[in-house]
Amino acid sequence: MSRYTAVTPDDLARMLATIGVDSIDELFSSIPAGVRLGRELALPDGLSESEVYAHLRELAGRNVSAEDEVCFLGGGMYDHYVPAMIDMLLGRSEFLTPYTPYQPEVSQGGLQVMFEFQTAICELTGLDVSNASVYEGPSALAAAGYLAKLTNKRRRFVISRGVHPHSREALRTLSAGYDMEVEEVPLRDGVTDPEAWASAIDETVSAVFIGQPNFLGAVEDVAGLAAIAREHGALVVCSADPLTLGILEAPGEQGVDVCVGEGQTLGNRLDFGGPSFGFFAARSEHVRRMPGRIAGETVDADGRRGFVLTLQTREQHIRREKATSNICTAQALNALAGVVYLCWLGRRGLVELGELMVQRTAYARDALCAIDGVEAIHSQPVVREFAVSLDVDGLDGVLRVLDRCAVEGVNPGYPLGRTYSEYASGLLVAITEQRSRADIDLLVGVLGRAVAAERGAVGATA
Amino acid sequence: MSVQSRPGSHETAMQRDRAETIFAKGAPGRRAFVAPAIDVPVRPLDELIPAGMRRAREPRLPEVSEPELVRHYVNLSRRNFDLDSGFYPLGSCTMKHNPRLHERVAALPGHARLHPFQEPSRAQGALELMWRLERALSEIAGLPHVSLQPSAGSHGELAGVLLTRAYHDARGEHRTKVLTPDTAHGTNPATVTMAGYDVVKVGIDANGGVDIEDLRAKADTDVACLMLTNPSTLGLFDENIEEIAKIVHDVGATLYYDGANLNAVMGKSRPGDMGFDIVHFNLHKTFTQPHGGGGPGSGPIAVSDRVEPFLPHPVIVRRRVGDDEQNGQDHRHPADPADTGSEIFDLDHDRPQSIGRLRGFQGNYGCFVRSYAYICSLGAAGLRDVSEVAVLNANYLLARLGELGVLDLLTPAYGRVDHVNGGEDVAESPGARRKWGCMHEFVLSGAPMKRELKIRTLDLAKRLLDHGVHPPTVYFPLVVEEALLIEPTETETRETLDRFAESLAEILREAREDPEIARGAPYTTPVRRLDEGAAAKRPVLRESL
Amino acid sequence: MAQETYPADLLYHAEHDWARLEDDIATLGITWHAQDALGEIVFFEPPAPGTQIAAGEPYTEVESVKAVSDVIAPVSGEIVEVNGDLVDSPEALNEDPYGAGWIVKIRVSDPSEQDALMDHETYVASLATTA
Repeated sequence: MSRYTAVTPDDLARMLATIGVDSIDELFSSIPAGVRLGRELALPDGLSESEVYAHLRELAGRNVSAEDEVCFLGGGMYDHYVPAMIDMLLGRSEFLTPYTPYQPEVSQGGLQVMFEFQTAICELTGLDVSNASVYEGPSALAAAGYLAKLTNKRRRFVISRGVHPHSREALRTLSAGYDMEVEEVPLRDGVTDPEAWASAIDETVSAVFIGQPNFLGAVEDVAGLAAIAREHGALVVCSADPLTLGILEAPGEQGVDVCVGEGQTLGNRLDFGGPSFGFFAARSEHVRRMPGRIAGETVDADGRRGFVLTLQTREQHIRREKATSNICTAQALNALAGVVYLCWLGRRGLVELGELMVQRTAYARDALCAIDGVEAIHSQPVVREFAVSLDVDGLDGVLRVLDRCAVEGVNPGYPLGRTYSEYASGLLVAITEQRSRADIDLLVGVLGRAVAAERGAVGATA
Repeated sequence: MSVQSRPGSHETAMQRDRAETIFAKGAPGRRAFVAPAIDVPVRPLDELIPAGMRRAREPRLPEVSEPELVRHYVNLSRRNFDLDSGFYPLGSCTMKHNPRLHERVAALPGHARLHPFQEPSRAQGALELMWRLERALSEIAGLPHVSLQPSAGSHGELAGVLLTRAYHDARGEHRTKVLTPDTAHGTNPATVTMAGYDVVKVGIDANGGVDIEDLRAKADTDVACLMLTNPSTLGLFDENIEEIAKIVHDVGATLYYDGANLNAVMGKSRPGDMGFDIVHFNLHKTFTQPHGGGGPGSGPIAVSDRVEPFLPHPVIVRRRVGDDEQNGQDHRHPADPADTGSEIFDLDHDRPQSIGRLRGFQGNYGCFVRSYAYICSLGAAGLRDVSEVAVLNANYLLARLGELGVLDLLTPAYGRVDHVNGGEDVAESPGARRKWGCMHEFVLSGAPMKRELKIRTLDLAKRLLDHGVHPPTVYFPLVVEEALLIEPTETETRETLDRFAESLAEILREAREDPEIARGAPYTTPVRRLDEGAAAKRPVLRESL
Repeated sequence: MAQETYPADLLYHAEHDWARLEDDIATLGITWHAQDALGEIVFFEPPAPGTQIAAGEPYTEVESVKAVSDVIAPVSGEIVEVNGDLVDSPEALNEDPYGAGWIVKIRVSDPSEQDALMDHETYVASLATTA
């Protein structure tokens, strides 16, 4: 008996007698002797609750989190404030502990949340239909590729190099199975090169993929890029940061067929990369090829309004090998945080938060680029994130600068050289509402000194 | 219980409370959010982002106060049934208790506010936790290598079939088919198609196991993989597993283990020892990540040596300080004290044969924290106890249903064991050996009930809602008519199992007198039976604003 | 829902499909048994006129809430007309499977194929043995 099971010796005796066996081992007699373990697992003994807490706290203590330093890291996940109310709602047993609403009569809470979530995502993206969540951003983009493949059966994908590197990789990994060719279009001055884009797209292209804003923080000309793809009958997929969509034009208004994205920015914790949620919205003609759960409205036997999972014949448990996706468990609880967060911000708050990010980001960009040894990588409009280049020796130089800043409690951002060889000494700096002007001023001072010290150190050894 | 369904006359308070979405609430100007002041010099927006790129029309989000928002969602939560409130024997989903300790440790800022792009040298606690969890899962599966990256079971399956493809490609072999038994979860065939293979179904034998002759006939060198869950979705351990593994390996294919049913065999038998090459775990089933109303989940995979080079990247490595040797296979106990200072953990992206990434970052770390805490709490003996009690509870419930006569109308389709012990005469005498057996779950067929009482499994399930329990999985597996898949888990007490058995007996008794009651059920839930046909015919998928 | 019937003027395929032959045109649909097994039909994807369909092969799908079913062609030919009303009213497949619930009309390419189909008595007898 562990603390999570309840069989006393008396229970055990009565239960075995009812079953008609003499021992628990007899219940496992169908396992052939050759594959029985015959020993205890080589794992340590169990621990008390307080010991487990202490152990997990010790591990947590060896991480430097956004609680411990002034953090300008972004690149797909951002240190936004999560309202206390969300912790309370996500901790409620009624949201935390049920499963997928297979019995709608006792799952109206979860189903209505899905319906509200779908409504909010449609509003944000300007598209007709949304599902109730997929895993996270990059796999959502790959799922959009599968929808395109089912739709037009063409064999090529064209993806902007501005799309998150993890999304580009997930698309390659997951489309390798169904044998797609993936072509990447380079950036020019921080945005997708329109000429290279146009020359890459022809009638063999199933779908094109655009990041908005892109990984360097730049706002893309989504309408222009989409128009080129549509001329050739390719589906247009846009991966958008939902928290910028109070400021930026809705992808649905710009010729986009499918809008996907990472939902972490909407009320979800960083959690070292997950769980968060992905969203997936599309024009209505694609609804029967969408992946994942979709909630719909209906009535009960007495005519009361209610909600159910619907269009389930798309899904794996019914259509099996012909399903539009294999997804089953998605990210319902994280999507709940997402819709509550959007309602918490509200109609004006989404715009106000966006404007705050735009103003502080502009301030930070100007201030950083005024530092000797720091230059902008591009001059495109940005919302919440921008890319600069440090006058140091490539990625290793940037990493040494980051080490110097860490000592002073500042994390200036993501070293772009980790994923973009063409920006080896690049730094991606992200701003949220939690990074005040004072924090930005601190960054300017600390980064300036670190860059100067790095240049001095290299100069001294040279 | 009245079978009237006139609205109003017998409505519960919750039924009177008609569904109204958050979009229908609030008023212009209300807000829950107040933005921090803009503390930098404000520039005209047109200078920063050209008007043509900016949004022309605001998204029509609700305008509500914080108290309104809290009340709306708390009231919605009350329209859900949940595991903390009652019995939830949803077969194949392993609805076990979710300890609150896990929520507490996952919320520690060192875990919850850790940015996924933090430099590995400043995320040592997280990487060490993941490494320890990998080692523990490796030991449980009996396979040496683990990737935590997949987001859920179906994502793990896709990883596994893509690994299979990479493995065969590297050997210059181009295989086209993947075998799945008729009893497979729908995710298996759906995954096979997404990975570009053709599904070939394998039949099942009279005991619910893989039909060995059919497997032998279909296993050829075009077969890339056999996907199997063991125990199967019928809740039965396939006694021919060693022979199955041999047949599959003899044609050079991989053997994939769908870990949905791992809760039956922890510390008793290991997929690696059964001959499986690739295993996925459902942390949200076996390792008690809360189900969240449909996620988040997490679907780590464990693999054999021959599949290891192809694992998704990055992989977590441990390095001794001052030692270049990467040590991903160290067999130290996962909860041994940290050897801080003499070893460092890192993410290795330099994996030339890797299938690549399946998703962003390192996987659902918050789920890893919870599942690792669970393994630390239970230890080796505790995990074995979990599987033993899960199997005990399922067999006890099955036996109680037999005692109450329920199995006359809801019959086990497979899993007869009394022939081993001397046949039915013995089985029917008091205190005799058991007639039916199962592992951690069992499947019943409602076909006799439908024939005799004229109620369907769906009606029975809906009537169970009025008894305050969540119904089992219904109409799965597909090979069993009017199926009912029951998984009590190790969480439940004997008393709960007794009450559930009595509820089923009571519903059958009631239906014999008046089947209309079950056909009209449920009566006490926030809404009554919902018209799913209408929802699908004319889909309304969002609030109209 | 309609009463269980199997009209005498139709020919039947073992996959629970029917054909009504008038000269070289065949009207096709699903039987009472098929719609009963599926339950409430909620979606019908109309095939395109001009499509060649082959006896024994699926030519479209119908969906209920929890199932998808291929519809099998009893005889081969070219689709000349599709019952577009089913798109908005798939319930006609349940309510009137031999009338308003017809699915397509085809120009029959091989009249000899009808010899392989069952008359209503044979079909009803086959239902008794499978049930």
